[in-house]
Amino acid sequence: MRSSRGGALHPLIELTLARLRELIREPEALFWAFVFPIVMSVAMAVAFPSSGDRPVAVGVLAGPTAETTMRVLAAVPGVDPRTLDEAGGLRALREGAVDLLVVPSDPPEYRFDPGRPESRLARLLVDERLKGAAGRVEPWTARDQPMTVPGSRYVDWLIPGLVGMGIMSTGVWGIAFSIVQARTRKLLKRMVASPMRKSQYLLAQVLARMVFLVPEVALPLVFGVYVLGMPIQGSVLAILGVSVVGALAFGGVGLLIGSRVKTFEAVSGLVNLVLLPMWIASGVFFAASKFPNAVQPLVQALPLTAVVDALRAVILEGAPLSAVAGELMLLAVWGVVPFLMALRIFRWR
Amino acid sequence: MLTLTALVKQFGANRAVDGLSLSVGKGEVFGLLGPNGAGKTTTSEILEGLLQPDAGDVEVLGLRWASHERALRERLGIQLQETQLADKLSVEETLRLFRSFYAHGREVSALLGLVELEGKRKSWVSQLSGGQKQRLSVACALAGAPDLLFLDEPTTGLDPQSRRQLWGVLERFRADGGTILLTTHSMDEAEALCNRVAIVDRGKVIAQGSPQDLIASLGAPKVVTTQGTLEDVFMTLTGRHLREE
Repeated sequence: MRSSRGGALHPLIELTLARLRELIREPEALFWAFVFPIVMSVAMAVAFPSSGDRPVAVGVLAGPTAETTMRVLAAVPGVDPRTLDEAGGLRALREGAVDLLVVPSDPPEYRFDPGRPESRLARLLVDERLKGAAGRVEPWTARDQPMTVPGSRYVDWLIPGLVGMGIMSTGVWGIAFSIVQARTRKLLKRMVASPMRKSQYLLAQVLARMVFLVPEVALPLVFGVYVLGMPIQGSVLAILGVSVVGALAFGGVGLLIGSRVKTFEAVSGLVNLVLLPMWIASGVFFAASKFPNAVQPLVQALPLTAVVDALRAVILEGAPLSAVAGELMLLAVWGVVPFLMALRIFRWR
Repeated sequence: MLTLTALVKQFGANRAVDGLSLSVGKGEVFGLLGPNGAGKTTTSEILEGLLQPDAGDVEVLGLRWASHERALRERLGIQLQETQLADKLSVEETLRLFRSFYAHGREVSALLGLVELEGKRKSWVSQLSGGQKQRLSVACALAGAPDLLFLDEPTTGLDPQSRRQLWGVLERFRADGGTILLTTHSMDEAEALCNRVAIVDRGKVIAQGSPQDLIASLGAPKVVTTQGTLEDVFMTLTGRHLREE
């Protein structure tokens, strides 16, 4: 190989190496690919601890009998009562600093937002205790047996979502940006003036992306397992399989986005336009099922929804690849259709 | 080596090339001269197979773009004026990349020597001076040991040393039997390098011949300067010997 190409390797390898070198020499790209998902998972773990750990915050409106009510509630484990005046109570309710505001009268009055599950829970708990204090006799007391299911914390659920988001962001940004950069620098034009095969250039972009994929997926998962104690139920091979298919899908999308655009401004706008809806709708931070039924077909058709759902099924439930075949099929369509469209409309000059 | 007949290329209302004809023989260094916007770059891009002409006939190395694109790409060296090579690749990596596109050609190490960039082998492109970048760009065009080399304003914006250094590279290519078509708006570059030039204006060839014949045909009283030109003085004082910036 050396003799026939004068010291150079096969063009596909040289193109892939060139792309990898550029990526490695770009500190910002490394930050977004590797550091950002970890920072994000730590931040989210701190901001949203498991809901079971959080005490029920109850406000008691100041008044002549507030003292008694406070005493009753303070004795309840897992309840954090505080005395508030009228204005302060309303503000605390609005800001979510308290889940429920008790007006101590006979009978007491509860102020809360029934739309918040935490508030409904607080109402039940407080009501039961206040009735007990007022003399209600309990027919029996059940035995509570707390059970913690591994992988049921929010952070366990979040990390596969962040991994999926990383597969999307790095894939789309990396490929679209590198193509537009080569186009604005007239490097694309210079390369198509040589005997370089266009298909090899495009393939090299995707190949370089695949090399980067492994550490990019592994790092947040290793961090999750060893630092946050997240369990991984599925096989490494299945995780890798979903990641590769996902990366191919977003490679196709990135290629299509970068296929004609001539400026960085335009490509940034386009990438954001495509990625932002998926950040919100695809269930990275909260379950996609929370969206109304009317938009569910749309939400379910998004490639990020498919990647995140498949990753969660594999990582948290130990699903084999066959169980996520539907998601993989959808991703394959997302990879192939934009890729073919990109090939047709690609602007090399 | 290259024949153009009645070439026309229109961009909207602007007729960039308007019935241009010329031919270049083997071993020639042919200069396309003209002011900016004269149609030089459009003409060379049509010759390079990067633009489709609206009318006219183009034959390069006895072949046509429509039927022999791959064979032509293997045998041509093309340097474009506006190309910026990747900043974060080294000189050697850039050359290896371009060399890999060609089935046959020079060794990467030989290319480095040819353009006197051995000392910069490991430097990133972003660390090179303008002249070094331009020589690297020419080296990329020479990677496939082309029969015909296209250069678009290769020395624009370079200091005199870098210009001479690049001219040296081109002279060596020609001495090895290569043919060059270059566009320039620098008359002294054309005088120094070209054995034949065509002056292009508004998409047409308005004069053609060797630089000496064209000067003679002007009939202008040419000042004979036995003591050389100002550039020679500058070169003598600042070092005629090629040096790495």
